Amino acid sequence: MADPTTSRVHYSLDSTLASINTVEQTVHDYALKAGFPEDELCNISLAAREAAVNAVVHGNRQNAAKKVDLSLEFNDQALTIRIADQGEGFDPDSLPDPLAPENILRGSGRGIFLIRTFMDELKFRRLASGTELTLVKYKKISKST
Amino acid sequence: MSMKIATHKVNDITVLDLSGRITLGEGSVQLRETVRDLVAKGQKKIVLNLGEVTYMDSSGVGELVTAYTTVKNQGGELKLVNLTKKIEDLMAITKLATVFDIHDDEAKAVAAF
Repeated sequence: MADPTTSRVHYSLDSTLASINTVEQTVHDYALKAGFPEDELCNISLAAREAAVNAVVHGNRQNAAKKVDLSLEFNDQALTIRIADQGEGFDPDSLPDPLAPENILRGSGRGIFLIRTFMDELKFRRLASGTELTLVKYKKISKST
Repeated sequence: MSMKIATHKVNDITVLDLSGRITLGEGSVQLRETVRDLVAKGQKKIVLNLGEVTYMDSSGVGELVTAYTTVKNQGGELKLVNLTKKIEDLMAITKLATVFDIHDDEAKAVAAF
């Protein structure tokens, strides 16, 4: 039985650059609705944007025949963002460290790093066809006096 | 708002006033081509004014790095000015604040050449 205190939405998007903007704006609006403060909204939507770039560009290679699935849910504790592509998959452990001296002047390779920086959790799941990224941001608990 | 680039000169230094978003698909290619054209014309002292840049993703950061290496590899210099708090934080997080020469205003950047 679905948890009535959790809000969930799901979208199926084309593998286009426009969809990346859609993900960014949709997550921004959803995180606002979930009650995250202004100073966190930009970072959360940026992290989602980076995951969408990963799905559209690296996963699906902007193939019109492939979709990107976006799922959002929030409750009192956290906002969870799932973005899945239909690509070949990749090994996240093989990604070069963008902060390493030999990589610092690379023109790309910082997307996953920014997701890890701005979100509290990042998980990778290999699907039968593609990869799913799960991004989680926990709500800060305000102390009442 | 997609990115716009305005150009003005201070002596032999070219200042690019960027405004809008620098992201994948918005402004990233434009910045790359503008810097490349300047270097090809021999204009290798460049300041990027980021005061009106409202948003940047990792692709945008990558384009700043590419602009930097393009200019440096041709014996030139590229400096950044007027970073907003968000851009400043991005540069710090990615350790690029230790690579770029960053100034609070155009006058200081120009004087630093």
